[in-house]
Amino acid sequence: MSLDARTVAKMARLARVGLSDEQVHTYQKEMQGIIGWVDQLNEVDVTDVPPMIGTGLAQPRLRDDQVTDGDCREKVLSNAPDREGPFYTVPKVVE
Amino acid sequence: MSAYRITGETGEWEVIVGLEVHAQIVSQSKLFSGASAEYGGEPNTHVSLVDAGFPGMLPVLNRECVAQAVRTGLGLRAQINLFSRFDRKNYFYADLPTGYQISQFEHPIVGKGTVEIELSDGEVRHIGVTRMHMEQDAGKSIHDQDPTRSFIDLNRAGVALMEIVSEPDIRSPEEAGAYIRKLRQILRYLGTCDGNMEEGSMRADVNVSVRREGEEGYRTRCEIKNVNSVRFVMQAIEVEAQRQVDIWESGGEIDQETRLFDHVKSETRSLRTKEDAHDYRYFPESDLLPLVIEQSWVDELKAALPELPEDKRARLEKEYGVSRYESGVLTAEQSVADFYETVARGADARLATNWILGDFFAALNRTGRTIEDSPVSAEALRELLSLISDSTINGKIAKEVFEDMVETGEKASVIVDRKGLRQVTDTGAIEAAINDILAANADKVAEYKSGKDKLFGFFVGQTMKAMKGKANPAMVNELLKKLLAS
Amino acid sequence: MMSSIFDYTLASAREALRARKVSAVELVDAHIDAIERLDDGLNSFITRTPEQARLAAKEADALLARGEGGSLCGLPIGIKDLFATEGVRTTAASKILGNFVPPYESTVTANLKRDGAISLGKLNLDEFAMGSTNLTSAFGGVENPWKRCDSDAKLVPGGSSGGSAAAVAAGLVLGATGTDTGGSIRQPAAFCGITGIKPTYGRCSRFGTIAFASSLDQAGPMARTLQDCAILLESMAGFDPKDSTSVDRPVPHYEAALGRGVKGLKVGIPKEYRIDGLPAEIEAIWQQGIDWLKEAGAEVVEISLPHTKYGLPAYYIAALAEASSNLARYDGVRFGERVQGASLDALYEATRAAGFGDEVKRRILLGTYVLSSGYYDAYYLRAQKVRTLLQRDFLKAYETVDVILAPTAPSGAFAWDEKPTDPVQVYLNDVFTVPASMAGVPALSVPAGLDSRGVPLGLQLIGRFFDEETLLAAGSVLEKAASFTHRPTIHAGVSA
Repeated sequence: MSLDARTVAKMARLARVGLSDEQVHTYQKEMQGIIGWVDQLNEVDVTDVPPMIGTGLAQPRLRDDQVTDGDCREKVLSNAPDREGPFYTVPKVVE
Repeated sequence: MSAYRITGETGEWEVIVGLEVHAQIVSQSKLFSGASAEYGGEPNTHVSLVDAGFPGMLPVLNRECVAQAVRTGLGLRAQINLFSRFDRKNYFYADLPTGYQISQFEHPIVGKGTVEIELSDGEVRHIGVTRMHMEQDAGKSIHDQDPTRSFIDLNRAGVALMEIVSEPDIRSPEEAGAYIRKLRQILRYLGTCDGNMEEGSMRADVNVSVRREGEEGYRTRCEIKNVNSVRFVMQAIEVEAQRQVDIWESGGEIDQETRLFDHVKSETRSLRTKEDAHDYRYFPESDLLPLVIEQSWVDELKAALPELPEDKRARLEKEYGVSRYESGVLTAEQSVADFYETVARGADARLATNWILGDFFAALNRTGRTIEDSPVSAEALRELLSLISDSTINGKIAKEVFEDMVETGEKASVIVDRKGLRQVTDTGAIEAAINDILAANADKVAEYKSGKDKLFGFFVGQTMKAMKGKANPAMVNELLKKLLAS
Repeated sequence: MMSSIFDYTLASAREALRARKVSAVELVDAHIDAIERLDDGLNSFITRTPEQARLAAKEADALLARGEGGSLCGLPIGIKDLFATEGVRTTAASKILGNFVPPYESTVTANLKRDGAISLGKLNLDEFAMGSTNLTSAFGGVENPWKRCDSDAKLVPGGSSGGSAAAVAAGLVLGATGTDTGGSIRQPAAFCGITGIKPTYGRCSRFGTIAFASSLDQAGPMARTLQDCAILLESMAGFDPKDSTSVDRPVPHYEAALGRGVKGLKVGIPKEYRIDGLPAEIEAIWQQGIDWLKEAGAEVVEISLPHTKYGLPAYYIAALAEASSNLARYDGVRFGERVQGASLDALYEATRAAGFGDEVKRRILLGTYVLSSGYYDAYYLRAQKVRTLLQRDFLKAYETVDVILAPTAPSGAFAWDEKPTDPVQVYLNDVFTVPASMAGVPALSVPAGLDSRGVPLGLQLIGRFFDEETLLAAGSVLEKAASFTHRPTIHAGVSA
């Protein structure tokens, strides 16, 4: 499958990774190569094969409904690059 | 009932509505973390490092949230999927700490079900439920505290939600309203969601399309996001359907898009999003295992389920002889039904029904109280009614006693004793009072005897007045008849 | 040769500490000193924590003096900088976490601490564990302490746990933690002439370990001997209710399995691993391994793992898809480096453009692509189906054999400037390690010898689910037979 520069730019937007045009160009070539290589998976007959979800080793486990965590605002905020009082901040979001 | 139609220039249009209701699951802690799920709290205090998406933090599923989802599924008479799975829905937003929401996309815990609704004219309709799944709530962005920045509070982030998706079976704003109210009633009965729309415990995404009367298939729909009251859902459907009819009729096309309802302007408007902004890239959440539950657990939860509104309604009609209308009112809230049954059980059910639907509700209204903080308890009301039934007081005095109970919170028997309202059943005392009245009104007695029957009421009134209302009305009637005839 | 403090293995140091032949303070000081002497060049540490280590050593000596202390009491180790350590900067070798100080401790490091191990600092790695050269670190590449006999060129230590491998090989620590997603413990262990174990998926908790690919990431020990690895693994492993994929089963006394031998054991040799262009030296060391096991009484049979060829492309799809999502949280809002932007999206794009290196960006973009609308079925879903087939290959093989022997990597360590520019060529480094990761089965690498240019080569053993003990038994036979006593050019015990 061909992977054009427009698609690379679109993926970059979806993944919120800012790219220059030049970078888009470089990544396009590399990604095209990698995708070309993974396309060999099309040779495999996967008819009736279920997808593997996890390794199937652990037993499903559920937690008791108890408040055992939280109430640690300083921990939660201590690494914030731009904290305002009890809040994280972001540039103003206009809805 | 005549179908809801929008009359356009070129003909009649039908409205097609499907609802996605997001209901917050009642639980102590969050869906995947041990932080409190309680509403409110100081900003960023009901937050664990898991909720804030710190590196290396992992989700662990809350058993009670799963139980609540199963109970809800059972309440919707839906299929419970013993195998379900969580997926990640990937998108960036300020109040979504990990950059993905953990949800159930491909394999929801609850499959098809139905909700029975009753319209104002008594018509009953069944609205299909397509599916219901569990997912995390997002945090909150606060926009009005700073000129250039929005503030983020993650207290809600990670709280468990159920998303209940209906089939496009809804055909009018009224049906949509009835559906949400019914859903809310069921969830509240089950105790799986508190249904508090002001606090955002329930909100709906509304899918609306229109088609010409008699047309097959569906036209393009629009989704109105995050509508947070029954009234707004109904209004939004009305204005959105009209907007779509206007566009179709003027030869335009509807774009499939997300819209917002502005209740001030009573219009919907497009949430213009950048092209290709949404590609959620769902894939299985590999930090969690597939959710596999046992049928025996489902059976246990089913056995412990409270009585559902429809069942309760039918039972009240049968056990207490209440009408279809009365049972509807009495079961609207579980607390009302419980109150009613506490009063009516072992008492005169008809008397209980009349009192609760009459004087009792009126008193709640007047005092602005709810049944939960009623000034008169069910036990107190039952005592009052028992005083009527055993002829300690008569109905008229009972109303006076009840008002006193509302005001003072005292027991009926205490008030009756304090005020000396015990009904007089002493034949001698009543006879004496009647004799005095007949003697003082000899002219009226003569008129009565000459055939003016209506005056009987006058004598009753005078007697009751003389006895300060406390006389047993049946005895007054009987004695009056006897003495007037003599 | 005079014996030096740097001759200790983790096991022999443990005995010496208990016998009070050496103190924890002496041991720790000597290693801190070695780090100061050698690591400005090797660059195996991102963050050194000598003060904390010295304090801990004093406490350890006090415990040891009373005959107390856990199984690792007083032993200096290093921690891959992918494990969150409370109060100690944790970077994942990324600029985006350049100043991140976690207010929490990973379960694996908490277990090691509980048993008395002393961390000398945080070890370098490929950024977010994405790479097999350790050249993608935002804190600079790591130099392999080994040199070719005919050149002074800097060699790569392998990756992603390259700092861990280099530090252990150079004698800067007695052992280290690593993580393995597609070979990140085994391949650098092979490149640096040390031993490393990737346990069964679910054996060590992932809680507090910065995620690359959730369904593949697994922590494991790296050390100079298998016994040392066994000692570390016993401490690191165990059920953790905070990780839903953690497996609840008892942790065996791994050391006890080392002497079991391989008599009667069936060893499988997967024919599909004989890939085209496999260097003769790799082929030869593999054959050597086969002979060693035979001599020790194992029965060696050829087996087939028919989907081997597809392991690598399927791995890249699955791992990158998960990574693209796991790395979405690095957005400059709650932690990490932020680059301002006029809007929320501008902030995200600028922060992530500046914070992630090229390889990480490439993988995020690819991971985004294989999950995107219209491609999910063709890539992600198909890859997960192939993964099922890969796992079935192993399960089928284990019906007839107990353990599988293969090379760890298709080459020995190469020079920094020999790293191919084509990403696919770089990915091929993982060709022998990825299948076990995809299946979730345990595997280890032991040093087996040197190639003609004096660079170590490793052999890999792949075992049944949770049968790390058989791996250790077979590995121990290889280790004894190989009697790999070579030391790298750069080593703490070698005076400059």
